[in-house]
Order: sequence, then structure tokens, then C-alpha cells
Amino acid sequence: MQNPTTGRMRSRRRILKAAAASAALSGVGFPAIVRGQSALNVGVLLPVSGPQAFIGQSCKRGADIAAEALGALGYKVPLKLMHADTETNVDVARSRAEKLINDGAHVLVGPFDSGAAAAIAQVAEQKGVPFVINIAAAPQITEQGYKYVFRNFPTARDIVGDGLALIGDLFRATNTAPRTAVFMHVTDTFGQAMRKGIGAALPKLDFLPFKVVETISYDLAARDLSVEIAKAKATRADFMLLVSRLNDAILLRREIVKQRWNMMGIVSPGSPGMYEEQYYKTLGPLANYAISNVPWYDPKAALTAVVDKAFTKRFPKDKLMFHALNVGYTFESLLIVADAFRRAQSTDANALTQAIRATDIKTRMMIGGPIKFNAKGQVEGNRSACVQNLNQRPTVVLPAASAEAKPVFPWPHYKSA
Amino acid sequence: MRPLLEGIPRRSLAALAAAGAALLAAPAVADPYVLSVLILCLYFAYVGQAWNIMMGFAGQLSLGHSLYVGVGAYASALLFVKFGVNPWFGALAAIAVCTALGLVIGVLAFRFGIAGVYFAILTIAFAEFTRIGFDHWQWAGASGGLFLPVAYRETSDVLTLRGSPTMFYYVMLAFAAGALVLCRMLLVSRLGYYWRAIREDETAAEALGINAFGYKMAAVALSSALTALGGVFFAFYYNNLFPEQIFSMGRSIEIILGPIIGGIGTLIGPIVGAFLLTPLADSLSELMAWLGIDTPGVKHVFYGTCLLAVVVFLPNGVWPPIARRLGLDAERARRR
Amino acid sequence: MPLDFYLNATLSGALTGLVYGLMALGLSVIFGVVRVVNFAHGEMMTAAMYVAILLAAALGLDPLVAMFPIGALMFVAGYLLQRTLINPFIVRPEHTQFMLMVAVAIILVNAQLLIFGPNARNVQVEYALDSYAIGEIIIDKVRVYAALAALAVAAALFAFFRFTLTGKAIRACADNHLGAQVVGLNVKQLYAITFGIGAACVGAAGCMLLLLVDVTPVQGPGYTLLAFIIVIVGGMGSLTGALVAGLVIGVSEALGGLLILPSAKSMATFAILILVLLFRPEGLLGRRA
Repeated sequence: MQNPTTGRMRSRRRILKAAAASAALSGVGFPAIVRGQSALNVGVLLPVSGPQAFIGQSCKRGADIAAEALGALGYKVPLKLMHADTETNVDVARSRAEKLINDGAHVLVGPFDSGAAAAIAQVAEQKGVPFVINIAAAPQITEQGYKYVFRNFPTARDIVGDGLALIGDLFRATNTAPRTAVFMHVTDTFGQAMRKGIGAALPKLDFLPFKVVETISYDLAARDLSVEIAKAKATRADFMLLVSRLNDAILLRREIVKQRWNMMGIVSPGSPGMYEEQYYKTLGPLANYAISNVPWYDPKAALTAVVDKAFTKRFPKDKLMFHALNVGYTFESLLIVADAFRRAQSTDANALTQAIRATDIKTRMMIGGPIKFNAKGQVEGNRSACVQNLNQRPTVVLPAASAEAKPVFPWPHYKSA
Repeated sequence: MRPLLEGIPRRSLAALAAAGAALLAAPAVADPYVLSVLILCLYFAYVGQAWNIMMGFAGQLSLGHSLYVGVGAYASALLFVKFGVNPWFGALAAIAVCTALGLVIGVLAFRFGIAGVYFAILTIAFAEFTRIGFDHWQWAGASGGLFLPVAYRETSDVLTLRGSPTMFYYVMLAFAAGALVLCRMLLVSRLGYYWRAIREDETAAEALGINAFGYKMAAVALSSALTALGGVFFAFYYNNLFPEQIFSMGRSIEIILGPIIGGIGTLIGPIVGAFLLTPLADSLSELMAWLGIDTPGVKHVFYGTCLLAVVVFLPNGVWPPIARRLGLDAERARRR
Repeated sequence: MPLDFYLNATLSGALTGLVYGLMALGLSVIFGVVRVVNFAHGEMMTAAMYVAILLAAALGLDPLVAMFPIGALMFVAGYLLQRTLINPFIVRPEHTQFMLMVAVAIILVNAQLLIFGPNARNVQVEYALDSYAIGEIIIDKVRVYAALAALAVAAALFAFFRFTLTGKAIRACADNHLGAQVVGLNVKQLYAITFGIGAACVGAAGCMLLLLVDVTPVQGPGYTLLAFIIVIVGGMGSLTGALVAGLVIGVSEALGGLLILPSAKSMATFAILILVLLFRPEGLLGRRA
């Protein structure tokens, strides 16, 4: 995959990098014409401020390293990234998307959040500009009959299906059979979609030994989750199924210790929170043993090594694994764009859209089949991995083909944790 | 028509006509982004005008107007999505529901003599209460949001409120102009004089035989009905509704910033305020990008400082002094 | 669900409620005396919480110790804020005061965002995860400490208003503004002191709350609203009222979370507010105006 690095390539990459850096800083970036081909303006919308800022900034790194990693992959196409902040606000996302298109964005990428994605999709559709979603799980987005909206991320239904199947694998791998679970979820667009998915999928999966004894929803803005945990503890469930965001996941973990609740563990059937860098930083050893069944990168894939190299070069103090899902899917969305641009040879919206629709990328970073959009603009092959926090870092424990360690379930008594 | 225009200096009418003509012609010259900002300006001018009836005219401080925007939006959107009801009939339903809501809150508050901060907090409480309710109302999509079907950009159909931004622009322009005319009519009517009497001194007004309760109820009813229509527009323009967004306290404050900055109780103030603040937020984003500052927060600190400066140095809003300078202030002079 | 779960929730709700009460006490003092609607109250508290985080990081100060310097700092800040920015607004209509404080709040929230970032921050004290177990009832240590500290600060405040000359003068101002001026009190000075006291209160409350919750800049407005609700429920200007209402709201949130949906628990708070406004608008312990 890696190109022989000729002198020309190197200087080219330097240009790419410098331009990307200046684009990120000032919005004025690429030389408009590189070797006769005009640059593709890519509007990157992410929640860099507001409540989801942490994850938004993590995603942004995927865009920051794109030029470097794409260069290493031999994509000789000039991309000019135009960054915009959605401020974790649906309306701002909408108006920023309009601004980006107005400023000449040929394609939009982003925006981590389902609500914002729905709003941006409307703009993209109205203006006829292709929109490649990096992360957003609400199924409705690709079920509106949109012509310009593409998503390389599993829908809530797929995440749940995979997440629950992995739970079955986890129990088999650890020889455990919990009888009961309490399902806790956050009430936002994503949490709601996941709840629906679980409600629909769970009754059909008769290979799972447990049943959900109670479903507890909580407000994302909750200051204090002690009542929620008290309620969950009262169910005496064997383990917790958790669909969370970041801050609430941290609050819940602490509250479980405070209320001396001994159970087998927390398993996320597919949500952010427990694999984010902040989770480890804030909780220290308490972060260990939590399990997230989420779309993840294949630590053994060749492309992962390329991205990892670019990431380490750009952010020497940081590690890719703490940004895995965010950087991975954001990078892949830019990979899709670059690949389509290379084939389309044009910045024309319709040509680009057709090229994106015809995408077939087999060598990828995230676990799953080839990136191929179906008629609705959805990639179907994305798979989750069972990621467990071990030694305060996310570790792939299942599927066995990608595993870095063996799963630990139930978790050790909390006092020793 | 005559009493409506009576006492307005000719140059004010000319200025108004010029502004109207400019707004009518804007879509022909504005690029799509500017057009979308203009739509927002008009939207805030419209709901600001509606809020101003309650606060500026009748002196009742509502900090929960997002309630009427949200309920209006949801009512029409639900009727449209679930039963295929035409948006304009849906708008009638939305107006009916919101007026009823406004009246309930009004009765509860005014019967028990709740005013000032207490009234303001009561209105917030109702909005928050409703937000949490909608967050859990599964049929209406709960916190997952309510999505309206796609708006295709090829066709514009005012009768079904589906179409291009230009169409939405003219719809909103019509709303804003209608609200302006309506408010002018109200101000020069008997009702308007009673409202201002109540605003200045409720006890004195009642001593003069003015039925303060009844007139305050009228203000709430009108204000909530107009705001509901703004909500209908919001639903069909944005095509997706989230309780968290539409009912939030921040949204209520956004609605009232325009009229307060522009000049409370004036007709033009809410419009001026909306046309100042909406572009301010956007141009600050641009300015930040241009200066190379991408640190979140800087923009809003700026925004807050601008607000603070206006509140401190122009306590009556920006419009009254401008009007005086330009000699457009007959309306104020006459009221004194 | 067994009875002890309700007891547990009630007790922890009550303890948290006392801290909320102290936060609202600051607002009540400000509104009761200065008659200014401090719509930046919650934002002032999150600012104090961030200072406490800094002190803990730099000097290893326990927030319960840090509340003394922070209280002093907040007093000075409140005093200056009143003296410079707010004083001219005392005679202006409520909505103008409201706008002023909203502008201050916007600046505070975003300045915090700018300086401290959007992530939730907290202070981990050694005893953060400890709890007392009495039979089936488990109460966490930090909650008990925080509630006791809140009670102590409230008691000190009561003593100040009852026994000191300045305290008495402030009460005189609240009762009769004109009369106070007539007898020669420096009302301007007293108002500034009162605002300072209110700010110190909310600063101290922030330190205690930091033991219980994480802080993010965007939480400010929520705390402001909560403080207003507690003050109205308790009775504007009533100090005991604020504490009692804090208890009521704390317990109602806890029980509301257990009995109805946790995600709808603040509905109980709003319901209480609406009921109080309708049937006892002077508040639980307020005097009739």
C-alpha cells in the first residue's frame, strides 16, 4: 500500500501538511491549483466546543492527520479542509453547513452527533452537495430518501445487533451466564435510538442467557446520578447494560463504588464514554474492566499502522488508541472523499456524488467489510469489537482475530480494582 | 388605514418603504448564505415582536417563550407527519393550542397576583416542564427528535410550505411585516393605551376602571398565538425538532435579546435588534476564523461583552437614540 | 422496592438539598436586600468551583478548606461587581437588570469555557469514595461533610445578621430602604457588602458541591434556575426558607427519580415551584408582601 517515497512525494507531502496546518489555522489554505488540478474543498463540521467538545476535538485529529496519512497511501489529490465548529448545537450545525457551502465547500464531512447530522443532511440535500457522515447512529438519517447523504458508520440497530452478539461471545469466552441485567441509557437522540434498537433486538436473541429487569433513562444534563444508581442497585441485576456519553459514564462509575454495589460489570452494547481518554484520566484504576462493544479499528490492520504513524508524528504526546473510533471514522470519511475525488477527477457535485456512491474500498482501518454504500447511502459491513479497559487503556478482547488480550468478566471485587 | 399612519413623519414612512423594498429585493442579490442569515433575522424580528406585545406593551416579563415556539412547532409538525394535515391548517391548531396554553398560564399567574421576577420564573418553569414532557413523549419522537420528510429543492409550494429558502424567506417576511402592522394597530388602539397604562402603574390603571386582568390576558393570548406561528415556520423550515433544542431556556433568551437590545416597547426595536444580533453572532464566527482564533468560547465572550455594553450605555435599547438622531421618532414623541 | 431504598434516597437527597439551600441562600440575601435579580448566580458558583479545582491542583487544598479563601475572594468580587457594574441598575426596571446579569452570565460561562475547557472537572479527595453504612442505609461521607459545612456557614450567616451591627443595618435596609437612608446608613456600601456576602455564600456552596458533582462551564444556567426556584419556594428574603426549600427540592428530586423516571426527576422540582407560586406565592416561610 505504501508508496516508494520519492523526493517529489516528500516535498509534496510537506506542501500538503503545511497547507493543511494553515487551513486549520486560518481557513485560507491550499494553493487553489496543484499540478493543474483544482483542490477539493472539504467542509469538516465537528462539535469542537459545547458539551461534546471533548469528542469533537478528538474527531478533529482524524482530519488533522488526513493529509499525512492519505499522502502515505498514495492519494495524490489536493484536499483543502475547511473547519467549522457546530458548538454541539443543531442550529449552529445547520448554519455553519450553509456557510461552508457558500464559501465553496464541494463536500461536507462530520459531525459526530445524530441531531447535527440530521440538520446538516437537510442542507446538503437542499443545496445538492454530498455529505459524508463520519459518526452518527440514528437510523432515520439514511432513511429519508436523501440523494446526497452517505454514512460510513453503523446505525443504532446495527450497533446494537453487533453489540449484543458480542455480549453472547463474551459470556461464552469467559464461561459466565448472568441471568439479569439493568439497562441504563441517556435520553438524547442517540440514546433514544439505541433504546429502540435494544427493545427490538433483545427478544429475538434467544442465545443470550439474561433478561433486562429494568430500564432506567437519565438526563444527560443530570448533575448527580445517585438516585439512578440506587434504583439500578435495587434491581439486584447481575450486570449493567449502559448506553452513555462521557461525563455521565464517569459519574455513574464513581456512584457505583460509593453505593457499594457489587455486580459482574458494566457492558456497553455500543456507546461512547468508557473508552475515551478522559474516562481513564479521571477515573484512574476505576476505569478498568469496563467493556464497550463498539465499532473499532483493527489493531492488526495495515492501514491502522499508517494512521498510527501519522498520528504519532503529529501528536507525539498522545496515543491513537485513546481516539480510536473518533479518529478512525473521521479519517475513513476523508479517505472516502479523497478516493471519490481521485476517480471523479472533478469538483462537480453530481460527479462527486456518483463517485462516492460507487465507492468500494477494501483496505480499511476499521473492523468490517469493504466500504460500499447501499441504495440508501449506508455502509452495511461495519462491525464492532469488544473493547475492554485493561491497564487503563482500551484493549480489543473480541473478536478473537483482532484480539490483543483475553476478556476479564466478571470484574474483580471493586475494593481490589 | 389613516389612523394607522397618522402621526408618523413622512421621512419615517419613506425609510420604512425603502427598507421594505430592500428586503423584497434581497433574494435577487443575496447569496444563499446571506439569505439564510436574513431568514433567521426575520424570524427573530417576528418572534421578538410577538414577545414585545407581552413585555413591551403590557409589561409582563416572559422568559419562557420557547414554550410557544416549541408547542406550535410540534403541534403542526405532528399533524403533518402523523395525519398528513396541511401545514396551514396545522398552524391554526398550533395557534389554538398555544393560545390556550398562554391563557392557562395567564389565569394561574394573574389570578394569584404573580408579577415581575415571579412571573418570569413561572414561565421558565412551564417551558422546562414541557421540555421534559416532550423528552419522554414516545409518540412525538421523544428526545430522539421528530423528523419531517425531505424538502425537495426543485419545487416551491407555499400552500404546503415545502420549497426553497427563497420561499421561506418571503413567508417569513410576510409574517414579520404582518406582525409590524398588527402591533402598530394595537399600539394606536384603545387596547394599546390600556396596556401601557397597566405597564406604567397597574394599581393606578385599575383605579381608573381598567380591567387589568382582562387586558393582561389579551396580551398573553395574542403574544402566544403569534409566537406559535413562528414555531410552525420553524418546524417546516428546519424539518427536524428536538425538545432539548426548541424548548431550552437559551432559546427563550435568544428570543428576547432582540427586542431588549433594539428597544423594548417600540415597534422598530425588535426588528433592529434581530438584524443586529443575528449577523453579529455569525460575523463574530467569521472574525474569529479570520484572526485565526479557533478557541471555543472567545466568540461568546465577545458577544456577551457587546450585550453588556449596550445594556450599560443604551438602557433603552439602540433604536430610540438612532431614531432621534435620524428624526424618525414621532412615535415616541407622541407617546410622551 | 424495600423501604430502606427510599430512606437512603431521602437522606442523600436531603444532604444534597442542604448544599443547594446554601447556594440559594446567597441569592436570597442579594434579592431580599439589594433587590437585584442575579441571573448570573449559578455562573458565579461554577467560577468558584473552578478556583477550588485550581487550589486543589496547586496546593492540594481540600475544597472544604479552600472554601475560606474562596469565600473571601468571592466576597471581594461580589463587592466590586455591585459597586461598579450593578449599582446604577438598582433603580432600573427588572428586565434591564435581568439583561445585565444575562450578559454577565454569558461572559462568565464562556470565559470558563475558554480557560478550563469543556470537560467535566472535579476534585478527588481521599475520602471521595468512602461511605457510612448504618444497617442497610449507605450514606457517602462527602455528602455528610458537605451538608454539615453548609449548615455551619448558614448558622454563621444567621448570627451575622442577628448579632452584628452591620448585619442589623443590612436588615434595616431590606425592611425600609428610605428609612435606612434617613437614619444615615451608607446604603450604597451596605448593598455592596450584601452582594459580597451573597457571592461568598455561593462560593462556599460551590466548594461543597464540588465534593458531590463534577463541574462543566455549561452547568451555570441550570444552577441559576435551581437557585431561583429554591428561593421562591422558600420565600424571597427568608434565610431559613431557603434552607428548608433546598431540603424539599433535594428530597423531591431523589424521590421523584425513584418513583417516576429518573430522567424526569426535575419535573418534580418544577411542579413544586408551580404549586407554591399558585397556592403560597409568598413561599413556604416567606412573609406576605
